[in-house]
Amino acid sequence: MADIKSVIGTQNKKGQTFTDPWKLLHEAPRTPSFFTGSEVIKEAIRRASCDVMIAYPITPQSEAAALIGELFAEGYVGDYFRGESEFAVMSQCAGAAFGGARVFTTTAGPGTMRAMENFPMWAGARLPIQMIVTCRGINSPLSIQPDTLEIAYLLNTGMLVWHAETAQDFFDWILKGYMVSEEPDVHLPLALCCDGFFVTHTKDVVNLTPADMCLPPYDPYRSPVPCMDMECPPVRMMRDPFVMKSNYISYATHASWQQEIWAAIERSRKHSIHWLNGLIDTENVDADIMIVTSGTAVSQGREAIRMLEDEGVRCGLVKVKTLRPWPEEEIREATKNAKHIFVPEFNVTGWLAKEIRATIPNPHRVHAGPHVCGGMTMPPEIIVSEIKTALGMKTFSLAGRGS
Amino acid sequence: MSKERIQISEALYDIMPSDYQDLVKSATYGKEDRGWKDIGSSKELIEQHSLCAGCPESMAFRYILASLPNPEDTVMVGSTGCTSLVFPMVAVHNIHSLFGNQNAIASGLKRALSVRFPGRVKDVVVLAGDGATVDIGLDMTLQAWFRQEKFTTICFDNELYANTGGQESGLMQKGFVAKMAPVGKLFDKVRLPEIARESGCHYVVNCTVSKPSLVEKVIRNAVHVAREIGPTYLQLYTPCILEIGKNSMEGLQEMRDSEKPTERFAYKEYISEPAKQLLAELAAKDKERKAAAKQLAGQAQAN
Repeated sequence: MADIKSVIGTQNKKGQTFTDPWKLLHEAPRTPSFFTGSEVIKEAIRRASCDVMIAYPITPQSEAAALIGELFAEGYVGDYFRGESEFAVMSQCAGAAFGGARVFTTTAGPGTMRAMENFPMWAGARLPIQMIVTCRGINSPLSIQPDTLEIAYLLNTGMLVWHAETAQDFFDWILKGYMVSEEPDVHLPLALCCDGFFVTHTKDVVNLTPADMCLPPYDPYRSPVPCMDMECPPVRMMRDPFVMKSNYISYATHASWQQEIWAAIERSRKHSIHWLNGLIDTENVDADIMIVTSGTAVSQGREAIRMLEDEGVRCGLVKVKTLRPWPEEEIREATKNAKHIFVPEFNVTGWLAKEIRATIPNPHRVHAGPHVCGGMTMPPEIIVSEIKTALGMKTFSLAGRGS
Repeated sequence: MSKERIQISEALYDIMPSDYQDLVKSATYGKEDRGWKDIGSSKELIEQHSLCAGCPESMAFRYILASLPNPEDTVMVGSTGCTSLVFPMVAVHNIHSLFGNQNAIASGLKRALSVRFPGRVKDVVVLAGDGATVDIGLDMTLQAWFRQEKFTTICFDNELYANTGGQESGLMQKGFVAKMAPVGKLFDKVRLPEIARESGCHYVVNCTVSKPSLVEKVIRNAVHVAREIGPTYLQLYTPCILEIGKNSMEGLQEMRDSEKPTERFAYKEYISEPAKQLLAELAAKDKERKAAAKQLAGQAQAN
């Protein structure tokens, strides 16, 4: 098979030049473009040299999934079809990845939950599939509105989990995601999450790389496990299948396999730091008050900081970019001066606050909130109000909140 | 079409397991007319298995692996159940992922191999039990057929959940008393061969594995039709002797009894028109090849 480096500078059948990924993402000229998040997903995949994309309609990812169908019709994606359910789609993605393809899919909310059995299997089989999760409500009664509760369920699947704030994050991280996931010492699936509607359905200015440059293709022979294509010897994997054996060797094999997946997540840390310029972004880390959050809550947090500044309250920010790997050291360091840590979230349980509490010394500093859920927006005023209330400052009454 | 890909470096030859050395020396990868008759004179593509003594499924596995027309470029997809105890011992690439999703896995796999190896033959063969095919995985079984995915689906029909201890399955006969069917199964055996035909399969056979020559024929046909035309389905009776109260030596007789003309595994086939045409062409080519070989042998003798 062709060496990946040797294809750089050559062209694919669409006339795109396979470009060194670092140069593509850091040195190539960027064109500001006014796009919805869904269109941005399409533009990233246009440049991603994807072999197979499998789609299923569910709000709010349907538009992105359909737009990639257009890319397939134009010849930018090797194969594309609509599966019959998210469970089937994620299995079809697995089949394609077992066969050595670079695979992309998108899902949301109940779709993520229906497909859940596949995710530990993807990780266990070391399949570097990329799945966009445009988070939405998973509760009953039926909701299609933004809500990030589903991310909590993904955190222990063995997948890499990143949480994008903006459409620009999305564009860059889709491409960077493949670079991290496909490293031989990682080789794990990536759930690239965003807050549905807020990112997918709003327009924003996004700086795009040139459309005639793309990532080099995936090389399945850099995988730590054999690619199922009969191009390498069909090794006999084990003398007895471990599944039914009740003995120590069987347990030890399964245990070490699981430990290896979590070790691979840890090894992704260095690659993620390299590509994302750190697992977190920070502002004003010397402030007494810190907002630590992920996704669009970061944008609302930034606005809250500006509003507090007007009132003379200095506040800092930690934007958590990767949830797996979890930036434990980074968050400890960034919050070491903080007396109060606020974690605004778009879900009812506050899973991010729980993760942070489990990470830092003196976890009583963490104020788990404000929370909104079920599709509610998070006006920066409620973050300001939460902070001021905690500090014993006088705060205005927010309509409908009965304070 | 050769054993090129499995050759062992000379320096490492002596430390390779003997079953691998045997594969290199005498397996039938790349042999054009490979079939069940190679069993006994060549290395089979299955090593030991951990099925019960006398299990008809183990016979089925051996015949199928001996009959695949193109094992050096075939990837198999399994599911959870007794078959998943055998696949680790099979010398073609094979995938186990979850229970019931085998036809979804195969759909993605076949498409990936088509994208990656345009113009090359890469066969995909699914082999799963009846619980996986008809109950938990029915949706994905049928949808792959509706989409005309080009791979073969083989169902080892033992008419119950064998691996979990003999529970009722959709392919169980009506009235059979089993775990989870304490007063006997209340509805008919699901008619999957007919459903397969209506769902777009181009080659459908329902039979037992009592005759290796028959298994060889239907496997070759099913793989060739799937490669060139569209989905194919084989439903093979592999009775679970343990759960129906038979002894190790009684599997073969059980199959013979069940394939009588009035019984549920009487040979049934459906072949679509395009598939008939393809199989006729393949048979003509085969005849030509055999005649040429015969002529060549005659000439050699005359010389």
